Amino acid sequence: MRRDHRRSIVGVHLALILLLLGAQFVVPPFHRTMVTRIMILTTYAMGYNLLLGYTGLMSLGHAMFFASGMYTTGLTVFYLGFGAPAALVAGLLASVLMSTLTGLITLRTTGASFLVITMMFSQAFHLATLYFNKFTMGDQGFILSGRLRPLRLGTAELAFSDPVLKYNLALVLFAIFLMMSVWLIGSPIGRILVGVRENEERTRLLGYNTFNYKLLSLIISGSLSGVAGSVYALTFSYVGSSFASIIYSIYPLLWTLLGGAGTTIGPFVGTAVMAFVVDIASGLTSSYLFAVGAMLIILILWFPSGVIGGIRSRWVRWLP
Amino acid sequence: MSFGGQLFLALLEGTVTGFVLALTALGLSLVFGVMRIVNVAHGEFFMLGAVIAWYFSAMFGGYFVALLAAPLVVGGIAYLADRLVLRRINYSPESTIVATIGLLYIIQQLVLTVYGPYARSVTTPFYFRVDFPWFGYSGYKLVVAGISAMLLLATWLVVTKTTAGLYMRATQQNQEMAQAFGVPVHRVYPLVFALGAGLTALAGALVVPVQQAHYLMGLDALLMSFIVVVLGGLGSLKGTMVAAFLVGISDGVVSVFFSPTLAKIIATVLVALVLSFRTGGLFGVEET
Repeated sequence: MRRDHRRSIVGVHLALILLLLGAQFVVPPFHRTMVTRIMILTTYAMGYNLLLGYTGLMSLGHAMFFASGMYTTGLTVFYLGFGAPAALVAGLLASVLMSTLTGLITLRTTGASFLVITMMFSQAFHLATLYFNKFTMGDQGFILSGRLRPLRLGTAELAFSDPVLKYNLALVLFAIFLMMSVWLIGSPIGRILVGVRENEERTRLLGYNTFNYKLLSLIISGSLSGVAGSVYALTFSYVGSSFASIIYSIYPLLWTLLGGAGTTIGPFVGTAVMAFVVDIASGLTSSYLFAVGAMLIILILWFPSGVIGGIRSRWVRWLP
Repeated sequence: MSFGGQLFLALLEGTVTGFVLALTALGLSLVFGVMRIVNVAHGEFFMLGAVIAWYFSAMFGGYFVALLAAPLVVGGIAYLADRLVLRRINYSPESTIVATIGLLYIIQQLVLTVYGPYARSVTTPFYFRVDFPWFGYSGYKLVVAGISAMLLLATWLVVTKTTAGLYMRATQQNQEMAQAFGVPVHRVYPLVFALGAGLTALAGALVVPVQQAHYLMGLDALLMSFIVVVLGGLGSLKGTMVAAFLVGISDGVVSVFFSPTLAKIIATVLVALVLSFRTGGLFGVEET
């Protein structure tokens, strides 16, 4: 059945990418910045969704991965004068290392303990960014503009202050990881991950080493989050410890649930909707995080499968 | 101050912290033990307790009324939250986590709107110094430790000696079997949730004179309670108390001699490591 729909699946995702490619010529500057941010944070949410939606592991510590990518990229640019590509690779390596280490330790536990322990590690990381404020400037953070060399493409030099570059950098990131996750989920590895989610015991009995698959899922998830953090640092030119705080572990959970956990487009829908909700709410009140709380409860009470999850179960059954 | 004096101060501070921490974490432990759910909004109940205590002292001038009102009001809020939200999602573990995260932000942001972003303290209801050879110590802190100790004892008596406690323990051991034997499980749940919230609110109200009431203070309380409850073994009251003193005293000692932030980082990582290798905690049953 899946094979018949392969073309529609690829089509839907390519259409979304093309839509975003075209959007930059239409939308006003303020919203262009907003869509840039949405695309980067969607990459973060896609990383989270791989673990929650397709492997069935709920983590409350992903800010640690997001921030380790962000800080590695930011610090290497700021102190070592790395160019953007090298800093990006450094951020990726750091988040791979971070997720491998935490995965080896935290995946020994399941359920509530996994959640609490990932949260504790993440909190320790957050405190560390505050503790080493000699280098990280703690809460205040530091900005990269002025330190970051322009990006060289052939003979052209592109400055990172250019909103067109920011938008398209975010779009490339988003497009690569969206197509990659579509491929991964359709692949045999993706099927085994879903097997772990549905019934880990049975998957193990079928002869798969479920620990290794969960670790793999966590590493990919953490790396995606880390790369999103790196690109966020480059495009918004700011690194601060608030990105390591617990709310940044809760955001991807909310975005994923809102769009639909276990759907490929869900994270994009959730991130986009929430960005507009928070934008409107923060215009009205300083307690805009109230919207986050209310949304979580509304979702869990009445829409547990999220927007895309609901659409899939009602109308478009072949959506991955 | 001599090394001996400093060490004594560290141990004393640690013991007082341990008592307050035990009271703060007790509610979370009860709720997890009986209901098998993780209440992420637990820290906000602590914060609400502190804020309500501030209101009562500031408006009615009665700190002791506040000590009574804070747990009742917060318990009522928790009871409603259970009835309106948790029951409707059938206490499913993962949905409950999401719902209580939602509750966390709703409570926190409502307090920000109503109470504002201030850190305010209540003047100590009475003041006396206890003089030690090296330093004088606030008598109120010792009273806080004493009250906490009495409340811990009272909770323990309720759980082990009364019918309500019997119902709780029966529900904890086997929910379906308890129901079959006529334990009103659906009434036990909201009451345990309210009791847990009330206890931690009382802890919050008790510390207002020595700390300050602030709308973000819940996160730290939540984190420390998590550490204590998971380290002690999920669902074990004895474990929670032992872990509270372990964490409280080591936190006190490390904070006096090193930086408090460093102390917290080390404690968090160490506890997480212990838990990863002994998933049941100190007194819990090993999970399979």
